[in-house]
Amino acid sequence: MSIRFTFGGDEHIFAEVSEEMSLEAFFTSLSMTNAVKAAGIKGVTEICPANASFQVKFDPDRIKPTDLLRELKSMEGAASASDGALNTRIIEIPVFYEDPWTHETLMRFRERHQDPNSTDIDYAARLNGYGSTDEFIAAHSGSPWFVSMVGFVAGLPFLYQMVERKRQIEVPKYLRPRTDTPKLTVGYGGCFSCIYSVRGAGGYQMFGITPMPIYDPAQKISYLQDNMCLFRPGDMVKWKPITRDQYDAALEDVAANRFQPTIRDVTFRLADFNRDIDGTNAKLMEALHGR
Amino acid sequence: MAVKIHSPGLSTSVQDLGRPGYYHLGIPISGGMDRFALRAANMLVGNDEGAAVLEAVFMGPELEFSAPAMVAVTGGELPPKVNGDERPTWEAFPVKAGDRLTFGFLKSGARAYIAVSGGFDVPVVLGSRSTYTLGALGGHEGRALKAGDELPVGQTGGKGGGAIPAGLRRAPGNPAELRMLPGLYWHRITDAAGDRFFADTWKVAPEADRIGYRFKGGTPLDFVPRTPPFGAGSDPSNIVDACYPYGSIQVPSGTEPIVLHRDAVSGGGYMMLGTVISADMDLIGQLQPHAPARFVQVDMDQALAARHDRQAALGRLRAHLGR
Repeated sequence: MSIRFTFGGDEHIFAEVSEEMSLEAFFTSLSMTNAVKAAGIKGVTEICPANASFQVKFDPDRIKPTDLLRELKSMEGAASASDGALNTRIIEIPVFYEDPWTHETLMRFRERHQDPNSTDIDYAARLNGYGSTDEFIAAHSGSPWFVSMVGFVAGLPFLYQMVERKRQIEVPKYLRPRTDTPKLTVGYGGCFSCIYSVRGAGGYQMFGITPMPIYDPAQKISYLQDNMCLFRPGDMVKWKPITRDQYDAALEDVAANRFQPTIRDVTFRLADFNRDIDGTNAKLMEALHGR
Repeated sequence: MAVKIHSPGLSTSVQDLGRPGYYHLGIPISGGMDRFALRAANMLVGNDEGAAVLEAVFMGPELEFSAPAMVAVTGGELPPKVNGDERPTWEAFPVKAGDRLTFGFLKSGARAYIAVSGGFDVPVVLGSRSTYTLGALGGHEGRALKAGDELPVGQTGGKGGGAIPAGLRRAPGNPAELRMLPGLYWHRITDAAGDRFFADTWKVAPEADRIGYRFKGGTPLDFVPRTPPFGAGSDPSNIVDACYPYGSIQVPSGTEPIVLHRDAVSGGGYMMLGTVISADMDLIGQLQPHAPARFVQVDMDQALAARHDRQAALGRLRAHLGR
């Protein structure tokens, strides 16, 4: 995998690890950005990992763009040789699929959708060969997901499904983006799921909503007091389908600031995962549920 | 000392030089879109160049002062008035307790910077007082100002006064020329499409804000054919969601380029043609909807030379004001 480096104006270097998405590309991006951070290069001001690429912002008054480019290229060999071991967390996210709020929103923007006579989740289920929406929800919530990027807006995670490629869900984005998306919508575009951290524009298909805040600029929510954004690249997520009653109960807990997400520390090895996907995922589930 | 907001104008927010360091979490730098004008306003009233000011878009607010202060208005030509009497732009003027600051109609540009001696003393969040509206972060309660708001003002430090002559200011030309470094996903479009992109005169679309400026009226881009990479999406303008540089020019579906600005979305799934150079970012903040603009190709050496030119211009401003 050879990284393509290109300048983003006079203040950024953009690096494309791979044109297509894969866990290998993400791990190379993550180890490259970790290496750049550890190197403490003068003039580097921001380091942003993404799904299959990354970006380094720099101050050209402090380092010549061509010098920084040379330094980044020199790190490529070590990064791609990393063993893909990651000490990380797995976080359970409750999801109320087919909720009334995203349903109301998707109905308002039907003319921007590929299939105006269907709902987003029915369309996605059909497109991916599932016989029913329930089967589709079982697939979406059946395996863990990797947070392969945080961004677009504050704290929004992009999530990559941890199954073999032929089982991965793929759905196009809306034909034209919506101007509105409810806060905490669970969305889908391309091969990525996401959680909209704030209300606003969006082009991903809408499947449901979580009651669990993931971004708190006021830093009042108990588990967001230290970091206003819950997610970091490399985190893992497991969706947990919930009912309307469970959703309402969780909202009450959030309002009383007693909601506590289930979060467990885990170690993940890419090589183990590639050798035995189902076995690795089963172990992650054991770790999450403390058995 | 406090400033009371009687009317907020169209969209007025507290901004300083921004909040670097959190882009990897999707939190953009924010801060004044025209940083040169923001620095100039602060210099005129004796503040640190990066003190918090008000950024007003197209229309001025109506403000009342609880104590005497120095005020300066720079950026777009938005004529200030004290108790109805006009005051010059790009020049420090005093106000007394109880005075009302209002504004006439915008004559040119798009954004005015209103500095008050002492600076607006809203809480510092993640190292900055800038407002990031989309994330409800910073500024005054994370939002644009509303009638009835009261903003605290800090203690005056330095000595204000003076004026900045037209020769030391900067405004976009007609058409505006935005210099850009091609790159990123430039290889996705045909050579002919690239030539037309630079040859066309574009117009600022109504969808132009702190997140990004959309341009319309140019020729749609032709893409080099490809098999969509896994995870990118089927449109020829789609990429696997990636980081967006500040100033990067994305072209969803190949039709209308969008230049991301200080409140940029930090990433997404559209190819980018290249990036507007740092020296020309301020100019974008002064473009009104329908303003004509052209993209001008430069290389890295030219981009760095332009950057140094802007630093020299700032140096001349400081020298002129004896700072």
